[in-house]
Amino acid sequence: VSVAEVLFWPALLGYGEAALAYASLRTSPLATWGVRIGWLAQTALLGVQAARSDGFPWAGWAGSLNLFVWLVVGAYLIWGCRPRFRLLGLAVMPLAAALFVVARVGGGTGAGAHPRYGNLFLVLHVGLVLAAFAGFTLAAALAALYLWQERRLKRRATDILRLRLPPLQSLERLQRRTIDVCLPLLTLGLLAGIVRLRERGGSIDALEAVTLATWLVYGAFVITRPVGRRAAYVALGGFALVIVARLALAGGHFA
Amino acid sequence: MTPERLSLVGLSHHVAPVELRERVALDADAAAALARSLGDAVCLSTCNRTEIYAAGDDERALEALEALAAESLDGTVYRLHDDAAALHLFRVAAGLDSLVPGEGEILGQVRAAYEAVDPGPLLDRVFRQALAVGKRVRTDTAIGESPASVSSAAAALAAQVFGELDGRRVLLVGAGRIGELAATNLASRGAGIAFVANRTVETAREVAQRVGGEPLPLDELPRALGEVDVVVTSTSAPEHVVRAADVPARRRSPLFFIDIAVPRDVEPEVARLDGCFLYDIDDLEAVVAETLAGRRAEAARAEQLVADEAQRFREWRASLDVVPAIASLRARAEAIRTAELAKVDARVSEDERRTLESVTAQILNKLLHLPTVRMKEAAVSADGAMYADAVRHLFGLEDER
Repeated sequence: VSVAEVLFWPALLGYGEAALAYASLRTSPLATWGVRIGWLAQTALLGVQAARSDGFPWAGWAGSLNLFVWLVVGAYLIWGCRPRFRLLGLAVMPLAAALFVVARVGGGTGAGAHPRYGNLFLVLHVGLVLAAFAGFTLAAALAALYLWQERRLKRRATDILRLRLPPLQSLERLQRRTIDVCLPLLTLGLLAGIVRLRERGGSIDALEAVTLATWLVYGAFVITRPVGRRAAYVALGGFALVIVARLALAGGHFA
Repeated sequence: MTPERLSLVGLSHHVAPVELRERVALDADAAAALARSLGDAVCLSTCNRTEIYAAGDDERALEALEALAAESLDGTVYRLHDDAAALHLFRVAAGLDSLVPGEGEILGQVRAAYEAVDPGPLLDRVFRQALAVGKRVRTDTAIGESPASVSSAAAALAAQVFGELDGRRVLLVGAGRIGELAATNLASRGAGIAFVANRTVETAREVAQRVGGEPLPLDELPRALGEVDVVVTSTSAPEHVVRAADVPARRRSPLFFIDIAVPRDVEPEVARLDGCFLYDIDDLEAVVAETLAGRRAEAARAEQLVADEAQRFREWRASLDVVPAIASLRARAEAIRTAELAKVDARVSEDERRTLESVTAQILNKLLHLPTVRMKEAAVSADGAMYADAVRHLFGLEDER
């Protein structure tokens, strides 16, 4: 059994524990430790993968999914891993745990990948695009929370002060900042891909087209600065494209 | 040797009507003066209770309360002692005995009563424990998190929309008392009262002098609505004062309406406008009822924390049974050690004397450690007095009792 394989389990255990612990107010403080421990274990796993690989080891769909999960949880750790944002954790951590399992089933958590592309290009292109996608995932979770909280306020839910979500404006602000940070990352990642495409020739594939559409949606978001429900809908619309790009089309891109 | 007795004499909203409570209610200075006049005592007096905690007998405390009430309080006051008195104080400090479970003001009042006098060791101990458990209940449970009144619920709801209320602008419409309270509550969280609008500008000016803000006539409401974040209405107008048509096309931030008036001041259609949120008096009362239910659920956890603290107090008091016997035993052992060292003092060098000092002290400590621990354990399980007597008998300590 390789070290990378061994590291997978504590990471999954941490994420799984966090996903379960976030379900209850009383156990949610323990969830933060699950996120931290799981993320550290996955960081070590990625480190081992990088050390054992000839180059960038996360170019395949399963490997990139592994990296994507790490970026999503990392973004969550930085932006939202605090008691008031318990419900954000409840949205993010089960998804992270599930995708991590998919990455393993697809062989993305093992060591010894042999990519056909240069390291710099893959780091720039795959790394930046995945980092942006991770941020957009977080922004979508924030947008979903926003819509839920807004609906509860509109309907004057009597339990609104018992089951407390983060304030509406905090959710909106955090969502906007996340997109503001991630759009430049996506832009740079796409530029790296476009430069490579021009050097080698060839046409735009379906994944590239969907990613460009994603860039347009978030670009429109940054330029038009929608507020309230409209902003949340745009963030969720962009995320729908991220899901299509991430899960449905990623397989053949580097084939 | 019996430890000093902890006594409590008091009355509260549970047992006394307001007519009686107001006769025995004291301000902070008078309460402290009364406590001092009773010797080692602490007097806690709030609008809901007057209680005297005393080290020793409670007769003088009862007489003092009856003098204040100008009548016999037989059958009205509660008189509790020792563990029961301590448990009561812990529940009071935790807000569990309050009219609204978990209200936080009482903890400050307990602290003030304790700090106003110079209590002896027993009262000092029990009040320090009470303050600690009161604080723990507030930090370890959610009992105090939810608002317990319409005005505080309104402020908490505004915080659910805006987060921090610092810099948020409030428009107060009408001169109703609850509306003013709600606006003041918002201001206490950092919001600023920007306008006070009323049918008569003179009344608006009077309210504005109390709470701040610019006085306005009602016909200037549409302008003011475009410049604020929160609107609190509490007029006695028979028709709607704020209509959907008055609300400017939404800006980039939400507008939160708190309508406390009956009949309602804000047209219900306002709630359907994008970015507008409207809570009327029924909505606010429903939210308060729900949060009070939550407080009651948290109260069960708080009761457990209080019970644990009461157990610690019980153990501490029980240990007092054996402390004199332990002290006598250690004193006797130390006297023997010193006397035996003195016998050889002339025959040893300075270095040897220091070594002997150290070694004999260590032997003594090791020998007495286990009996000391066992006696304290026995004290907790109510065998302390028996163990203490046995130690006094075995080591001939009777004369030091």
